[in-house]
Amino acid sequence: MAKKAKTPADTSDAPKAAATESVARNPHVPEPKVILPDDKLIEMYRQMLLIRRFEERCAQQYQLQKIKGFCHLYIGQEAVAVGSVAALEPKDYIFQTYRDHGHALIRGISARETMAELFGKATGCSKGKGGSMHLFKASAGMMGGNGIVGGHVPLATGVGWKAMYNKTGEVVLCYMGEAAVNQGVFHESLNMASLWNLPVIYICENNLFGMGTAVHRASAEKDLYMRTAGAYRIRGVRCDGMDVLDVYKTTKEAVERARTKGRPTFIEAVCYRYRGHSMSDPATTYRTKDEVSIWQAKDPMVRLQEQFPGVFTEELLGDMEKEIREIVQDSIRFAEESPFPDESELWTDVHVDYPGYPGPKAN
Amino acid sequence: MVEMSFREALNKALAEEMERDSQVFLMGEEVGQYHGAYKVSQGLLERFGDLRVVDAPITEAGFVGLGIGAAHVGMRPVIEVMTFNFAILALDQIVNNAAKLRSMSGGQFEVPIVIRGPAGAGGALACQHSQSLEQQYVHIPGIKVVMPSTPDTAYRLLKSAIRDPDPVIFIESEKLYNMRGPVTEDPENLWPIGKADVTRPGSDVTIVTWSRMLTAVALPAAETLASEDGIDCEVIDALSLSPLDLHTILESVKKTNRCVIVEEGWPKVSVGSWIAAEIGLKAFDHLDAPIERINQKDVPLPYAFNLEEIALPRPADVVEAVRRVCYAK
Repeated sequence: MAKKAKTPADTSDAPKAAATESVARNPHVPEPKVILPDDKLIEMYRQMLLIRRFEERCAQQYQLQKIKGFCHLYIGQEAVAVGSVAALEPKDYIFQTYRDHGHALIRGISARETMAELFGKATGCSKGKGGSMHLFKASAGMMGGNGIVGGHVPLATGVGWKAMYNKTGEVVLCYMGEAAVNQGVFHESLNMASLWNLPVIYICENNLFGMGTAVHRASAEKDLYMRTAGAYRIRGVRCDGMDVLDVYKTTKEAVERARTKGRPTFIEAVCYRYRGHSMSDPATTYRTKDEVSIWQAKDPMVRLQEQFPGVFTEELLGDMEKEIREIVQDSIRFAEESPFPDESELWTDVHVDYPGYPGPKAN
Repeated sequence: MVEMSFREALNKALAEEMERDSQVFLMGEEVGQYHGAYKVSQGLLERFGDLRVVDAPITEAGFVGLGIGAAHVGMRPVIEVMTFNFAILALDQIVNNAAKLRSMSGGQFEVPIVIRGPAGAGGALACQHSQSLEQQYVHIPGIKVVMPSTPDTAYRLLKSAIRDPDPVIFIESEKLYNMRGPVTEDPENLWPIGKADVTRPGSDVTIVTWSRMLTAVALPAAETLASEDGIDCEVIDALSLSPLDLHTILESVKKTNRCVIVEEGWPKVSVGSWIAAEIGLKAFDHLDAPIERINQKDVPLPYAFNLEEIALPRPADVVEAVRRVCYAK
């Protein structure tokens, strides 16, 4: 573990905003949407870096065929997961799509357990049975990645039902891609969530393409956040998904509303995936390289650095890079060395086992 | 034993399980103020309140999915579908979520949900409202499928289904709701999922059936065969289609050496075709005749009363099939 870089926050009790203002900020960089303590900013940056480096190595391991099947990388969208998860409490729940590595890594699933799952190993978070699209951890409220577009939206609504029914105060964060908002179950779920005051935050990661179909070619109302207020009396808000603090601030407000008033919110976080839809998509036919470059110029990590130049010193960034690279390298080593599930595992986790129950093998 | 209707037996089981466990709730179309499209939930709203007896919008995929979500965080939802014809709209939720969550999470979640409602021909309801679709669910690993045939099995199986940690598809027959019969008075006398019932012991031929076909077709046929032909049928009520009590079926076939399968639904890729295949594989040497299957004719069920009648299995069809496998007449 690399030694932590010194930042103003480590040496001063002065108000955090004042501490960071001592270094001049580029006037072309958007103002931070919210001021947080330096250690929180650093942790957000660190989480984004972890996701990015992890995903880069995933691409490499996929090419080496250590990871197979469908593999959807989160590179470019890191600010959405990081900013929104930061607004939650440990007792809250998260539902993801199949593009779920990033959320897993920052919400209770270690890099080792995640990489091992991608390798299909017994030490993976889902015992190797779920793979890239199905990362679960019940103890952390990680309710899994779902492989059907929009298929998990009613499930998240049902967990909201449980929180309302038992008055336990949990909030549910339900991620989806922008293509999911055209699915029937999305509308069915929002209708019920509003009707019954369920504490669910539907967060739409609008990365502008459902696979290769641009949002304006798929959605008659391309301002997605406009779709929920009139139809379901659910507040719809848009935030900059390339700005981790905007995502944080927007989600935080929604979480407060859900927790205190039981009202759902729909958040549209506009972002961009730098890579293809999945590892098998070179993303060459439906968008241009120039477009990718324009979005890369808004990179959420660069922006955070530029917003707080006094916090993100070269020394800190260098140490962090070393630390993250080692975590990711260690996860690959761990996944590599872990065993595949025992063949007897084929017959487990299908139904509950109880005395006298014949089990799937009997049929 | 106390006599009651099939509908009352279901109502009693629901009320007792809701009383026993605060996490049991009933949700579905018209289950509350309307007292259920088939009056199964009569009086439950008044007794348990609108948080536990919930009128859902007509949004099958939505409220079935909501139930699955609530189930995998520890609740025990009973989701009523007005008929299983409408549950087709929720099939993605059942197949891709209810059946998969335990497995794809490596055993971290279980889904103790019951999805129940009527199916099958209800009497001149035409083709969209008359289907027997149990094979859709039996095909899928990760869910259980039960179909009661009497008030007693309805009561005892529903309680088992609600207490079961897995998703259970509980299919009632629309035509059985008014059927009356004796029901156990012991609230803990549950019928285990995975167990068939030898309803009528016999020695000459095995008739395998389930749901309404038991009392409407198989048993009347068995009585005719006993009185007219002296053929002694053993009638097995499968009750649980997944897991299936294949052991009881095979032991019977090994004894009688003949088998007729009676199924309300269509013949292709059906539960009956699967049972026939299993018998062929595992009891071939015991068979003295080909297995016969009686099914609904392979057409969308017409509305016209006379056409509906000839499309559905009738006792006479079974009598003829049994005579064929016994080489009688």
